[in-house]
Amino acid sequence: MRSTYDIIEQTFQQERGRVLATLLSLLRDIELAEDALQDALVTALERWSTTGVPHNPGAWLTTAARNKAIDRLRRSQTFQRNQALLLAQLEATAESEDEEMLQPDDIPDERLKLIFTCCHPALAKEAQVALTLQTLGGLTTPEIARAFLIPLPTMAQRLVRAKRKIRDAGIPYQVPPAHTIEERLDAVLAVLYLIFSAGYSAASGDDLVRHDLCEEAIRLTRVLVLLLTQERGAGAATEANGLLALMLLHHARRYARQTSVGDIVLLEDQDRTLWDKDNITEGTAILQATLWLRQPGAYQIQAAIAALHAQATHADATDWQQIAALYGALYRDFAPTPVVALNRAVAVAMAEGYTAGLKLIDQLEDTGELTDYYLFHAAKADLLRRTGWFDEAFSAYQRALSLCENSAEKAFLQRRLSEVEQQMQA
Amino acid sequence: MQYMFLIYGNEKAEATTTPEEGQAEMQAYFGLNAEARAKNVYVVAEALHPTSSATSVRSRDGKLMTTDGPFAETREQLGGFYILNCKDLDEAIEWAGKIPGVKHGTVEIRPIVDFSAPQN
Repeated sequence: MRSTYDIIEQTFQQERGRVLATLLSLLRDIELAEDALQDALVTALERWSTTGVPHNPGAWLTTAARNKAIDRLRRSQTFQRNQALLLAQLEATAESEDEEMLQPDDIPDERLKLIFTCCHPALAKEAQVALTLQTLGGLTTPEIARAFLIPLPTMAQRLVRAKRKIRDAGIPYQVPPAHTIEERLDAVLAVLYLIFSAGYSAASGDDLVRHDLCEEAIRLTRVLVLLLTQERGAGAATEANGLLALMLLHHARRYARQTSVGDIVLLEDQDRTLWDKDNITEGTAILQATLWLRQPGAYQIQAAIAALHAQATHADATDWQQIAALYGALYRDFAPTPVVALNRAVAVAMAEGYTAGLKLIDQLEDTGELTDYYLFHAAKADLLRRTGWFDEAFSAYQRALSLCENSAEKAFLQRRLSEVEQQMQA
Repeated sequence: MQYMFLIYGNEKAEATTTPEEGQAEMQAYFGLNAEARAKNVYVVAEALHPTSSATSVRSRDGKLMTTDGPFAETREQLGGFYILNCKDLDEAIEWAGKIPGVKHGTVEIRPIVDFSAPQN
């Protein structure tokens, strides 16, 4: 049986982001809002342990936190004109509401504003990620520090600086106007994808905090999709939906990507019965509904590629022709990066033959852009190995190994290197 | 709130502009000033002589030391500034995008401390 404490803890986790977003629209100061919410949580823990969780915990917490903010402002040593104004405003509305009477619909969901504030381009990317996880995800500073393998004081400092900059530089608390929303939404999606990727490429599956990052990224993307659709229509949420589908389709493979001892299992060798069918069904449905709107984008194309992999019942049934074409479109229309070109080269190799792929790899190598990218050398080594050119494959694996820093991936490359070495001797 | 817009550019490159280009840029600045005044955000704006005219002064142990040149040798130099009254950083970023120098240099936005607002 779950203890009252567990239920309260879970309620806090669920409600925190939304309550904080509402508080921020009242208080316009993240630090004050967080402090007031913390005070309210302490009171809630005491009260709810005896009375049980109220019918509408979010509204209860919002009202309680607002009252705590009033207390804090009254006690404030450095009482300023702006704070006096804020206090007067809060007091004017404080008596009009009974905390138990509030219905969820009475309080508008302000989380979309909070997402755009946290992912404002005037903040450093790593600060955007940390802020989003803390304010909307409800992760603690130590959890975020552990997830990104950064010392706790560094992460704490980063969060404090970002919150001060929001206040001092006047970063607005709003959903950007129509003429800038597309560009600003790109930044939000990039942050959510970074959170997902940090969890997805975690060194080992037993590190729970990092594993949870994927789930958290998916949850936040769901919130973004829902609110964007409500406030700006389905047409504004196509790329957000594309990202959600992409995450779900990748997340579906989580149990098949590593062995029980943490060894990497490549896509073609994965036991596809371990793939999460619910994730695949949902991701594919979201993607199809989104493609129907005919506003293609980079995330939708990547999701379409992931969907093609998900549809193949075994590796040989993969539609590489289609995947190569999608990477071509991704490169041509949205993301002309060397990494996309590398992915396309691999898809071409699988669709048309290894020599065709290796030709593209050679062209990429001549540009020099991927010289220090271990996945380039790993992909090249793999194609050379498949072709039977073991000497060249051996040196490419060695190069990849010297550049790779992830222990699980290093172990995989080492295995391949030994296999190729045996072939060379045979 | 008030923001200062520091306009940095490469003095060497700017010295090679033709008189026509210089005229066009000046006209663009006049146009911006007029727009900022009309929209009631204008506080002050000035252009600076090149860093070759700069003098740096510091006082140590009561002794005044004066040296020729700017505070720091940088690839781009401060060439002028605006102070505008904007609602928030998003509005300030929009104005920064209208400053002619943004096309070949960098505009740094700095919020101005309001001593009537809460401080840490």
